[in-house]
Amino acid sequence: MTIRACLGLMILLLFSSTISTALFEDQVGLADWHQKYIGKVKHAIFHTQKTGRKRVVVSTEENVVASLDLRTGDIFWRHVLGEIDRIDQVDITLGKYVVTLSSGGSILRAWNLPDGQMIWESILQVSAPSKSLLHVPANMNVGKDNLILVFGGSSIHALSSTDGQIVWRKELSTNSLEIQQVFQPHDSDIIYALGFIGSSEFVAYYVNYKTGEVLQQSKASFKSGFCGEASLASDDVIVALDASRTYLVSISFRNGVINFQQIYIPDLIPEFFGKATLLPSKYNGILAVDIASSIVLLRVKGVNELEIIEKIIHPSAISDSLPLSKEQQAFAILQHDESRIHFKVKFDTDLTSEVLKETIQMDGQRGNVEKVFINNYIRTDRTHGFRVLVVMEDHSLLLVQQGEIVWSREDGLASIVDSTTSELPVEKEGVSVAEVEHSLFEWLKGHFLKLKGTLMLASPDEVAAIQAIRLKSFEKNKMTRDHNGFRKLIIVLTRAGKVLALHTGDGRIVWSVLLPVLRKSETCGNPFALNVYQWQVPHHHAMHENPSVLVVGRCGHNFDAPGIFSIVDAYTGKVHNSLVLEHSVRHIMPLPLTDSTEQHLHIVIDNNLHAHLYPKTSDSVKIFLDEMPNIYWYSVEVGKNIIKGYSLEIKGELDMAENVFQPKELWSIVFPSKSETIALTATRKMNEIVHTQAKIIADQDVMYKYISKNILFVATVAPKASGEIGSATPEEAWLYAYLIDTVSGRILHRVAHQGAQGPIHAVVSENWVVYHYFNLRAHRHEMSVIEIYDQSREDNKDVWKLVLGKHNLTTPISSYSKPDVTVKSQSYFFTHSVKSMAVTATAKGITSKQLLIGTIGDQVLALDKRFLDPRRSVNPTQSEKEEGIIPLTDSLPVVPQSYVTHALQVEGLRGIVTTPAKLESTTLVFSYGVDLFFTRIAPSRTYDSLTEDFSYALLLLTIVALVAALLVTWALSEKKELREKWR
Amino acid sequence: MEKGKGLARRWAVEFAENSYSSSPVDVPDPMGFSRSSSDPDDANASRQKKEAEAAWKAQKAWEVAQAPVKNLLMMGFMMWMAGSTVHLFSIGITFSALWQPISALQGVGKVKTFKVLQHSGMTMFLLAVFEPYKDPRVDTLAPKLLFIALNLAGLVLGIWKLNTLGLLPTHASDWVSSLPPASEVEYAGGGLPVH
Repeated sequence: MTIRACLGLMILLLFSSTISTALFEDQVGLADWHQKYIGKVKHAIFHTQKTGRKRVVVSTEENVVASLDLRTGDIFWRHVLGEIDRIDQVDITLGKYVVTLSSGGSILRAWNLPDGQMIWESILQVSAPSKSLLHVPANMNVGKDNLILVFGGSSIHALSSTDGQIVWRKELSTNSLEIQQVFQPHDSDIIYALGFIGSSEFVAYYVNYKTGEVLQQSKASFKSGFCGEASLASDDVIVALDASRTYLVSISFRNGVINFQQIYIPDLIPEFFGKATLLPSKYNGILAVDIASSIVLLRVKGVNELEIIEKIIHPSAISDSLPLSKEQQAFAILQHDESRIHFKVKFDTDLTSEVLKETIQMDGQRGNVEKVFINNYIRTDRTHGFRVLVVMEDHSLLLVQQGEIVWSREDGLASIVDSTTSELPVEKEGVSVAEVEHSLFEWLKGHFLKLKGTLMLASPDEVAAIQAIRLKSFEKNKMTRDHNGFRKLIIVLTRAGKVLALHTGDGRIVWSVLLPVLRKSETCGNPFALNVYQWQVPHHHAMHENPSVLVVGRCGHNFDAPGIFSIVDAYTGKVHNSLVLEHSVRHIMPLPLTDSTEQHLHIVIDNNLHAHLYPKTSDSVKIFLDEMPNIYWYSVEVGKNIIKGYSLEIKGELDMAENVFQPKELWSIVFPSKSETIALTATRKMNEIVHTQAKIIADQDVMYKYISKNILFVATVAPKASGEIGSATPEEAWLYAYLIDTVSGRILHRVAHQGAQGPIHAVVSENWVVYHYFNLRAHRHEMSVIEIYDQSREDNKDVWKLVLGKHNLTTPISSYSKPDVTVKSQSYFFTHSVKSMAVTATAKGITSKQLLIGTIGDQVLALDKRFLDPRRSVNPTQSEKEEGIIPLTDSLPVVPQSYVTHALQVEGLRGIVTTPAKLESTTLVFSYGVDLFFTRIAPSRTYDSLTEDFSYALLLLTIVALVAALLVTWALSEKKELREKWR
Repeated sequence: MEKGKGLARRWAVEFAENSYSSSPVDVPDPMGFSRSSSDPDDANASRQKKEAEAAWKAQKAWEVAQAPVKNLLMMGFMMWMAGSTVHLFSIGITFSALWQPISALQGVGKVKTFKVLQHSGMTMFLLAVFEPYKDPRVDTLAPKLLFIALNLAGLVLGIWKLNTLGLLPTHASDWVSSLPPASEVEYAGGGLPVH
């Protein structure tokens, strides 16, 4: 029996050496999920006039242009324009094309409204990227060739809306012109373009719509200057804010004569203080001014006569106007009242009364309303009904109609900043019997169906039912810990400061919390989220406590701005503790130490390089002081081209309440700034587990890996070649790769790649580094691998010494002992450019590794580390072949089956996170960008478990059949024997 | 082993000897019976018979002792056929090559098969295989030793095969892989400023 067990193991091991881990079509969605998002909506254009599918076209801060179903919020189509292609404006032309202006007014594209196909694209010559405006004439007749006007920089482009051809182009011959408002009086061929030159001159142009001829141009300068905001009040009056934002300047420009009138805001609004903001709106004669406490609606009666109509107390939001007829416009006001929102619609003709007033119950974790877009529909009684699209503080998108939230989208998930994972609670005893019985019956039924499927007896309906059961498996969505460690919570932090927990089974949101400390407040004007760390992971002690995560943020974008800490319960999302720190946050070091309640110790280095210990308890200080002599830190200063290493010391008495430690500089590495600039640094993951220090090579020989968590990979490039690919010639481009010990500052290895250029991506794991860059000479991307081996342990090769334990392999290593390392490296060509790189991680580190490469096509490719083995040679010997060394090729293969994301795309891919499952063979992979994608992969196949679609019923049936056959034959043989004896 | 047992005699009644030794002196021989005349003949015949038997036993013992040679040759051939890569066939053969000598040396049951005998001053295991040939006149020591030696050779062959397959921990690599990586004394964190 033992032999058989051994054989079974061997066979499994043999199977595990196969490379490809592809997926069958019916396995899609079993272990993976994919969620599509669009990001925080900036503009929204409704398209509801025609019969058929009602939709809303939106553009977002993630540079997505999308068409959403107005009934359900589903995405009809979507395009992600990329990080550098910022969308400035979006509109609909000819009733069938969506026009987007992007990249600072230099790219204009038209997309087909029903299916999102690109119709045309025009690149516009813009002197300098600046605020740009898109003007699509409203009264378009289909017969005419309609022009789209783009105001950007100092020029106007007119493009044909049917094919994107530039019909005319006019340079307005001024350098720093910024067009603020463009409008076209009804039924006229003249376009009014109003803007500022510099900060103090107002200019009005009258341009012929057909030819681009400037009919009239008038300028006037205003001595106290403008702040750059203006709002059109009527056909001949525009209201601007002066540079100090305390005066409203109404400018009349009738017939080319410009007049300025200043109005001091406190005269108008007595409670005003601070700075005002003009809300961009296009109302007839109405102006919306945002002052700190409220939004004030003003009616412009004349050039110098403004009248307060209404004050809307914050938090509130106001929509653009919606023209209902030539005279009448409607706009929406949303105002918070604790957990409710009052939704009001008013006509500009009658501001005192409300056309519509509804109250909506709102989830408290969505924050305040940020933006409102209004749309109308005709009710059956021919009156106007209104619906609004609401963008909330957490970037979620809601559609409100008839006092209800029709649908909502959690679009904050398109801008994940950081993520971590948490275990689910342990399954408790005392599950109700009824549920078990029910599930037992379901289980039997499911397995019976599966059996039928295996035996090819199932009807198509049943096949569909089997697939549905597999997809909606009750097992994978449970809220408890499972044996294999597949079920976990992914805790993500979004840019809006919201923390969400996603279940790995199906990606649903288990809880979400908009952290109060990461919201705008008086103490912290511009907070933003930085990172999320494991704070408390109960293992042995404190088992009754829930795990918690630490969210770190910062008030403002300067490095000296105070930091923000918030501790959130990982099971419930309850905020345990949150505080604005008294110091800044420059580095955060989670230490490999825990206190008695299993809280992880963290060192926060502030901008003055002082170290602060958290949690601030005497217990943690005691634990930390024991370990302090062995704790070091380093700082990479990209701008100065310096890496500095420090240790911690106590100057004078340690203040037990503050726990502040001083830095002591130990070493520094200064890169010659003439020839090198730091392009990238990479380190090993702190929680990575390595199973063995030995690498067994051909002929049972051993090489000892240099495994150190204190290895820093630094890549520097030539300053000339730090730009885009192609900006430097191969002669003036080079790349240096360094391996640095961060404790002692010793450079362990340095290698130069001539003619190589960034962007560089690197991943460090165990004793190797893989980095990706562009080779200018070969005009191809390259991937290099460096493996580091420890020579000082090389002597440990005597079997008897090892058997008797007389070796130094398990004695702790110090970075200060003399390192004696050898390095093996190799470079390979790689087809794709890379967006992100990661490496698989397993629970014990036994399973072979795969690199996960986020390709330019927003997919995740799994590449076996074996392909990146520096010991590959053209003709491997027999023993090397047995070891699994692949013959050398110049380029790395891209096997289509090894895409982890199979047919899907993770649009705008930014990060790939791997987490080990409890099952050694399996890694959980979470990749995020605009979309989210989760799956689990087994780099060497699931050698330690049966596959999910293993038919237990068939096994049971086989066993039963075998036992029955055994009994029958036994009875028969007994009978026969008896007969023989009687004979 | 069964065969050996079957061939050998299980029991014997020695009428002649019995009568000879137990015949009381007081009972006179019948008339015309001459003990001295008939005795040498009978004794001679039985001695001859016994000697033949002993020779036969010795021969058989040698045969049994040499039996593993055939086995050994066959195993060697099979091993050569199996090659030196680890797969089902080679492992099966190797394990059977290991198992056969062990089981042969062990016999069937421990208590029955092993007997400690005082033989020419040294303690010696008596193998069950040679039980039938036990005879004071037959020296089974040499065949026994040969049998043991041949089986041990078979075992060595099996172990050598196991080693060529790489299944024996004879290399440093076999001992090192199970050792955990050494822990590090120092810890360093930091990096780029968080942004």
